[in-house]
Amino acid sequence: MKRRDFIQYTGLGAGALMMPSLLLGNDIPAEALLNPGMDIAIKKKMADVALNTAKSLGASYADARIGRYLNQYVFTREDKVQNVVNTESFGIGIRVIVNGTWGFASTNSVTEDGIKKATDQAVAIAKANSKIQKEEVKLAPVKSHGEVSWKTPITKDFKDVPVSEKVDLLLSANAAALKNGANYVNSALFMVNEQKYFASTDGSYIDQDVHRIWPTFTVTAIDKGTGKFKSRQAMSAPMGMGYEYMDGLASEKLKGPAGLNLYRNSYDIVEDATVAAKQAKERLTAKSVEAGKYDLVLEPNHLGLTIHESVGHPLELDRVLGYEANYAGTSFATLDKWKTKNFKYGSEIVNLVADKTQVGSLGAVGYDDEGVKTKKWDLVRNGILTNYQAIRDQVHMIDQNESHGCCYSQSWNDVQFQRMPNVSLEPGKEKYSIDDMIKDVEKGIYIAGRGSYSIDQQRYNFQFGGTVFYEIKNGKIVGMLDDVAYQSNTQEFWNSCAKICDKDDYRMFGSFFDGKGQPSQISAVSHGSSTTRFNGVNVINTGRKI
Amino acid sequence: MAIYSKEEAKQIMEKALSFSTADACEINLSGSESGNIRYARNTVSTAGHRSNQTLVVQSNFGKKSGTATIDEFDDESLKKVVKRAEELAKLSPENPEFMAPLGPQKYDASITYDDATAKITPDYRAQVANSSIEPAAAKKVTAAGFFNDSYGFSAMMNSNGLFAYNKSTSANFTVTMRSNDGTGSGWVTRDFNDISKFDAVEASNVAIEKAVMSKEAKAIEPGKYTVILEPAASVGLLGNMAFAFNARTADEGRSFMSKEGGGTKMGEKIVDERVNIWSDPLNPEVPTGTWNGSGQPLKKTSWIENGVVKNLAYSRYWAEKKGVDPVPFPNGFIMQGGDASLEDLIKGTKKGILVTRLWYIRSVDPQTLLYTGLTRDGTFYIENGKIKHPVKNFRFNESPIIMLNNLETLGKQVRINGNLVPYMKIRDFTFTSLSDAV
Repeated sequence: MKRRDFIQYTGLGAGALMMPSLLLGNDIPAEALLNPGMDIAIKKKMADVALNTAKSLGASYADARIGRYLNQYVFTREDKVQNVVNTESFGIGIRVIVNGTWGFASTNSVTEDGIKKATDQAVAIAKANSKIQKEEVKLAPVKSHGEVSWKTPITKDFKDVPVSEKVDLLLSANAAALKNGANYVNSALFMVNEQKYFASTDGSYIDQDVHRIWPTFTVTAIDKGTGKFKSRQAMSAPMGMGYEYMDGLASEKLKGPAGLNLYRNSYDIVEDATVAAKQAKERLTAKSVEAGKYDLVLEPNHLGLTIHESVGHPLELDRVLGYEANYAGTSFATLDKWKTKNFKYGSEIVNLVADKTQVGSLGAVGYDDEGVKTKKWDLVRNGILTNYQAIRDQVHMIDQNESHGCCYSQSWNDVQFQRMPNVSLEPGKEKYSIDDMIKDVEKGIYIAGRGSYSIDQQRYNFQFGGTVFYEIKNGKIVGMLDDVAYQSNTQEFWNSCAKICDKDDYRMFGSFFDGKGQPSQISAVSHGSSTTRFNGVNVINTGRKI
Repeated sequence: MAIYSKEEAKQIMEKALSFSTADACEINLSGSESGNIRYARNTVSTAGHRSNQTLVVQSNFGKKSGTATIDEFDDESLKKVVKRAEELAKLSPENPEFMAPLGPQKYDASITYDDATAKITPDYRAQVANSSIEPAAAKKVTAAGFFNDSYGFSAMMNSNGLFAYNKSTSANFTVTMRSNDGTGSGWVTRDFNDISKFDAVEASNVAIEKAVMSKEAKAIEPGKYTVILEPAASVGLLGNMAFAFNARTADEGRSFMSKEGGGTKMGEKIVDERVNIWSDPLNPEVPTGTWNGSGQPLKKTSWIENGVVKNLAYSRYWAEKKGVDPVPFPNGFIMQGGDASLEDLIKGTKKGILVTRLWYIRSVDPQTLLYTGLTRDGTFYIENGKIKHPVKNFRFNESPIIMLNNLETLGKQVRINGNLVPYMKIRDFTFTSLSDAV
């Protein structure tokens, strides 16, 4: 499904959702989501059929992923339910190395016969391609984990919550928005459960149960007289959590500047929709920004996307090495810069970590999709570039012998490859709140929430918008701004990082539909940070008259 | 093989319909076989094969509808899926926007299938990769590319007598060529329904030549420039503009197509009078299916004529509400071109910039259709009718509406991502900053 079809399907409108294509799977009734699925003993037997067939056909390595992907999506607009979608997708993907070359095939026929045929096909592809292979695949060693399992630590499984409860919650949020001056509101709830079974010729059999959730909305306000329209998106973050994220716990709320409500590990969608409607209306008459240099105070739910684009992507080793050159691009963060051990990615207070274990994050799993136990590692320490994100067939190219454990495939139907782990900015060590930060700014802009984003194919030049903007003058917020976007260069930007709030302000942003690869695959990833100040950034005015 | 003939598809769907007890029932059946190869660093990286088949049942009782899907088509499975859709329909809330399935329709015979394309093998794909890799290596250039071919069918039938069937094939190719010193980059894309039109060597050489030509680009000041946009450069902006041709969002006042004080821009001149955009499922260069997923016939439709908005897309629900005929959204568009070749356009340019493609295009303001993004893989400075030297990439902030109002010359049309788009010379295209990216 193309992004455009999806947006039409959901009615959320362009900009509300990025790169979504995960409506894969067959429609099923909600109660069928509760079926237990294939017994683990049978999964092991079926995986062994693939591994043994591959070995008998000459494979030096093989892995099999049996996946059951259960999704539930609820779409509403104003007082109407547009769609409730329940999907199930089940099948097996088999990856082999023959003659030092990868081959992959998948099938939804998880029977001995179906698996043998798919394995044959994977081997045939590897053999055909090995004739033009010039770089033999070299895998970093991984120890056998035996039979193990891992689960996202959730307290409320979305599959146990009645659809009517979810619909009622979205319709209450819509009603709150309409009551507070919105002309239109689209809301949606995405819930995902990946039941993944992995087996490889290295001797691991790994069973995982992964949960993710994303509530979101777009509120639109219209001034009929001038024909102007403005929208405001939800301040929620997609999370690696169960339905408990929707509880709206007071203990997880933070009071932001200018009446903004900010959320940590629990989201109050009705409260957020209420504020959103008022802010969408306020945007209709907000002052248009004067272009120039400003100190930017970036809220975590905004900064997360900037981290994603300007740190997460450029430090993917496959991009650095050229494997993604034909699609997403390459990277400015080349190996020669890294090898100097002195490349100043950012100012000294900038510490960026990759982490596949962070509780509540979208990227958290016990083992990656090639059987490597997950971990946390440094990417940038004290401003210096220290490492990349790499998987088993890449780490030897950076003289390392242990995979970082960030291999992922969106389904059993697609081949696994290197995907971004959670990449987060460590909070400041000294006590420092948002209020303290705003007090210290003379001429600045506070930006919250995600907006328009665009960055070049080597991740130098970027332009980002936001959801809401407030002008800061002499230590105080003086009013809302509009038509704001900032343009910068990645290294210049991170070196202008002047101050980071402490851990009390730390929150996660998430990207539910991050796209990469050909054919394109999606992946979900979180980025944590505290509110952060960047000095003297170039702001442009995006208002036009036609 | 997940492909069924017209007769086989008909039999499966008739069987499924025979189990229906709902007010109405609609079946969509589809299947596809596709294969791909990826290469980078002048060697093959990953490759795969996918096979999919699905039958979707939508049953309705009044305005309550339910949908269920299955990928096995024996009698028991068909009975089960129809029953499941009916159970879901009974449990669903009424959807005030539900439209009953259409009755029998007349469709044109499509021209989307090619036998040779349906029979592409892993060896053929490896050969495509090699057609890029070998000439690249010889010119000290590194190839990274992707080739994907697909053969599929789709069919639909409902209890009101509608039946539709279509078979199609497609092949898509892109390759990025980067000079080994990392200072030059070129790119090319090709897509066809008929693989015999594809020449992997010719396409790869276009990208290699651009990689070599674009080495050691010079920085020039951002600002407003006359640009020659290759079709791959303008198609993204035009596609985003096409997305605004939605009657409902226009009527609701939240689209570029909404008018101040209410109403839409239908019938208004919004761009230069030489701009004509239409869709045509039977155009031999860019054929598409002749019906859409809800069974509506797709016919030749004009969207912009002499710069004036001729049609907006109306869903069946919105058309009924507004008392007009539905206008289905097309699968691709065709923009009228002129006689000028790329060489002619360059020759006629005193000072300007040739743009190979635009990248990472994102909406900045839906009110004005303002988009941002960057040039990529071959940007060149033109002076006195000649390409003088490569220039560093730019970020742009521009609206396709402003772009099409600033039209200077239309060139020849080229197929691009299933659309026909001409080369265009545009004045005052807005570049707002420089990028160091190659």
